[in-house]
Amino acid sequence: MVASANTRLRLETAHLTALFAQHRAVRDVSLLFPANTVTAIIGPSGCGKSTLLRCLNRMHELTPGASVAGEVLLDNVNIYAPDVNPVELRRRIGMVFQRPTPFPTMSIYENVAAGLKVNGRRPKPEVDNAVSRALQQAALWEEVKDRLHTSALDLSGGQQQRLCIARAVAPAPEILLLDEPTASLDPAGTQRIEELCHALKRLYTIVIVTHNMQQAARVSDYTAFMYLGSLIEVGRTDELFTKPKVEQTEAYITGRFG
Amino acid sequence: MSVVSAANPTYRRRRRMNKVMMAVSTLALAFGLFWLLWIIGVLLWEGAAALRPTLFTQMTPPPGGDGGLANAIYGSVLMAGAGTLIGTPIGILAGTYLAEYGQRGWLAPATRFINDVLLSAPSIVIGLFVYTVYVARVKHFSGWAGALALAIIVIPVVVRTTDDMLKLVPNSLREAAAALGAPSWKVVTMISYRAARAGIITGILLAVARIAGETAPLLFTALGNLNFTLNVNQPMQTLSLQIYVYATGPFDEWHRLAWASALVLMGLVLVISLTARWVTRQRYGRIR
Repeated sequence: MVASANTRLRLETAHLTALFAQHRAVRDVSLLFPANTVTAIIGPSGCGKSTLLRCLNRMHELTPGASVAGEVLLDNVNIYAPDVNPVELRRRIGMVFQRPTPFPTMSIYENVAAGLKVNGRRPKPEVDNAVSRALQQAALWEEVKDRLHTSALDLSGGQQQRLCIARAVAPAPEILLLDEPTASLDPAGTQRIEELCHALKRLYTIVIVTHNMQQAARVSDYTAFMYLGSLIEVGRTDELFTKPKVEQTEAYITGRFG
Repeated sequence: MSVVSAANPTYRRRRRMNKVMMAVSTLALAFGLFWLLWIIGVLLWEGAAALRPTLFTQMTPPPGGDGGLANAIYGSVLMAGAGTLIGTPIGILAGTYLAEYGQRGWLAPATRFINDVLLSAPSIVIGLFVYTVYVARVKHFSGWAGALALAIIVIPVVVRTTDDMLKLVPNSLREAAAALGAPSWKVVTMISYRAARAGIITGILLAVARIAGETAPLLFTALGNLNFTLNVNQPMQTLSLQIYVYATGPFDEWHRLAWASALVLMGLVLVISLTARWVTRQRYGRIR
């Protein structure tokens, strides 16, 4: 049901520029994220990939001094139009951060339910269902089903990150933004998150920022390479990694700089 | 090999230094505890001797007479309670503004500075202030005036601790909540307050304990009253005023009651702290 509703979803940026005060962190980026695919954004540290991601759910503007020019179109509606409420927008777009951020004063259950709660009160059976569905989608259900009401801080780092994914998907968003989600995880935890990306793209449009090129090659359908705030090249992942059209891309993916 | 052996002179010097510093720290701890235990000991010794059930039922006596502390206990509870109830919401809201919303502009830094000045202002000055702006206008001392002075003492303490504790909440938690589509008031109530709760409550308790023992700001406001009154518009007695008057008086009975007042006051503060901690105990971990 969710998947079919998602198939026509379009997310794209048009001449998007993001600024921190006077500094242009993202420069004139126009990029399409096809529905139900995984798009990876790669590039060296400081190239603006995280900032670009944070523009997609209007998190960028929460930083003091930050501003945005250009457009981000979600189903052909500019999310920066004055009548768009950023709070409601963020309910349609889930986000997972570099480090796991479980809410320390809440149980596992309350963490996953947090995104539903901000939407107003709901009947308990509905919340129960959403929590178990989200934990199953995040492949965490089997590990925590018997201790849903214990502290989320007792989970391992990898489990905490999957908890954050469960929390992000519980309100049934249309898009999932992952900001280097495996940066603080060990190889086993990384592999589980990557498997999740494969499984979840059936339901969501996923954008993942990573500076691990192998990861981009493994999980994504499309890859965008950014450098110094500009979009250098974008294409199907297999093509970009085997036959890059731009010399800078080739230099980066072969490890000659970055 | 020699790097880790006990024969290594650098390592031996560090071990020696460690022992010396540990000894100094332990001594400092013992020094602090010594005075604290002495104070509590004397208080228990002298106060317990004066403790009787009639303390809680009878009024403060005239010179030479026999009596209790009922009016002083009532006045202390009422004025400290009213001061806390007035001062805490204002303090928490102001502290929330400073920590959560005051990132830009001049208002927050200016407020923080003035608040710190107020925090260290001598309490007798606050008493004089309330006397000037309130007591002198209505032309009589009252329990309300005392509560007002105590509220003014509560506010900066609560503002400061709320501000400090909220600033300890990692920003990543606020971002995570905002990314879930939480409006900013919900980020504050659902995330920041819950994570900082233990610290904020400690701040309120510190303020309660402080105003429960304050005497100076009440001298020109509540004044003190040897008769029992439920009327907050009348001068009122408190335990601290009781200690001040009776401890400096010439009668043995007064000294006895002063000790009893001190013990009851400390017991009161202890009970308030323990109750507040129990009521607001945290189910899961605190912020790290």
